[in-house]
Amino acid sequence: MDFLTSIWEWLHEYVQYTIFSGVKSLTILLPLFIIVAYYTYAERKVIGYMQTRKGPNRVGPKGLFQPFADMFKLMFKEIIIPTNSNRYLFIIAPVITFAPAMAAWAVIPFNDTLVFSNINAGLLYILAMTSLGVYGVIIAGWASNSKYALLGAMRSAAQIVAYEIAMGFALVGVLMVAGSLNLGEIVGQQAGGISRWFFIPLLPLFFVYLISGVAETNRAPFDVAEGESEIVAGFHVEYSGMTFAVFFLAEYANMILIAMLCSLMFFGGWLSPVPELVDDSIGWLFGKTAVFMLLFLWFRATFPRYRYDQIMRLGWKVLLPVTILWLVVEGVAVYFEIGPWFA
Amino acid sequence: MIETVIFYVFAVATVVSATAVVTVRNPVHAALFLVLTFFTSAVIWMSLEAEFLAIALVLVYVGAVMVLFIFVVMMLDINIARLREGFVRYLPLGLLVAAIMLGLMLSVVTSDVFVLDTGEPLPKPADYSNTKALGGVLYTDYVFAFEIAAVILLVAIIAAISLTMRKRAQTKYQNPSLQNKVRKADRLRIVKMPSEEKE
Repeated sequence: MDFLTSIWEWLHEYVQYTIFSGVKSLTILLPLFIIVAYYTYAERKVIGYMQTRKGPNRVGPKGLFQPFADMFKLMFKEIIIPTNSNRYLFIIAPVITFAPAMAAWAVIPFNDTLVFSNINAGLLYILAMTSLGVYGVIIAGWASNSKYALLGAMRSAAQIVAYEIAMGFALVGVLMVAGSLNLGEIVGQQAGGISRWFFIPLLPLFFVYLISGVAETNRAPFDVAEGESEIVAGFHVEYSGMTFAVFFLAEYANMILIAMLCSLMFFGGWLSPVPELVDDSIGWLFGKTAVFMLLFLWFRATFPRYRYDQIMRLGWKVLLPVTILWLVVEGVAVYFEIGPWFA
Repeated sequence: MIETVIFYVFAVATVVSATAVVTVRNPVHAALFLVLTFFTSAVIWMSLEAEFLAIALVLVYVGAVMVLFIFVVMMLDINIARLREGFVRYLPLGLLVAAIMLGLMLSVVTSDVFVLDTGEPLPKPADYSNTKALGGVLYTDYVFAFEIAAVILLVAIIAAISLTMRKRAQTKYQNPSLQNKVRKADRLRIVKMPSEEKE
């Protein structure tokens, strides 16, 4: 032990810092990967039971090793690069989708002290990172040199730009009640039981955020970018093996991120609904997140895919006016200091 | 020390990618290099403790404006040979614009307005919020300029929409609100048929 300590002290300050940050980010990312793996398993099981099937049940007890079987299969598959595709961009595209999806986790607080980077402009940072993911989709669609992939990319670009605005406005609402861009402080403002959580004064904005979150992650019923019955698999039609797996990983990590942000910003994060009876704990945050994660799967099992023009209509003509209207209502409420939330 | 290293790495990346924007042949590559330029300049702004501007640059320009740019560029049928023909023709004009911009920038940077005599800038404390400071100034000291800018943007939006909004006679439109209002009774008629008797 002494030997290890002396080695650690011998290292340069910057090296120490790099190792320390690396270990810290691994403690967030490794559990995230495992949750993503079992999220895919949960998805197949849940949708299976909803459709009175059994879902995967062959690999391991109750099919529990299925995600690993899938992972090893994808790892050993050949990465096929289409002729006349843009080789570098084709390989870079999954990485560009993956990196912001992981980077966004840097500012997520898990309780009042457990956060990788406690920055002031956390909310803005999250918005910026989630808006970068679309580049992977667009570049993948273009670099594949395939008509289906390009169609998927075009659909995705228009959809994400449309819903990002509604999403941003919904977050402006959160900012107005909380008076801070720091995610930890936003949760702190909701302290004092379930009646103080932001979903009560911001109910319309919560629904707008949830819907645009589903749209931003390209999940059903907004999965026109993939749309397997129309354009085969959309932007990732030419991808195989690990390159495909990385797209998949980013999509599921983004779903978990949106679920966690919903519980942090509207449902009090790690705060207990009745602080007099039960203590605040990180378990609350994970429990709330799990409920929203289940919603993502439930949507997929329940709703048929939106038609493209209906998606555009919903984004621009329904969600955006709702958010702007509610911001005006909130402005009035803040001015007159109404209720326990705006006082 | 480490700040200096970060500055030079990203400054070099900015200059290289900005040069690539105007030199690469493929317009999609050029647009992607422009994205990289925005991103690296955002990092440089971040190192100046201007985190709001840095994130807004990524959010607005990288996350929205450039997506639409690339969207359009990808749709174009690009003839690279024809693009290169124009290079020599537009070179004098381009040089003229560049010279004027250089002159303007030099005159601004060397003027008294921008010469700071406050000495070495001090780093702000950890709880300093750049966003809050910017908001405070924008909505008090510069509120009229801010609102005028907002009105100009609104006018630009309306102008852009009215330029592109035209009804073509031969295009068929769907009305989603009418489609949503359709109920089963409007489309489906259930006919009662008595079952035939068994002989």
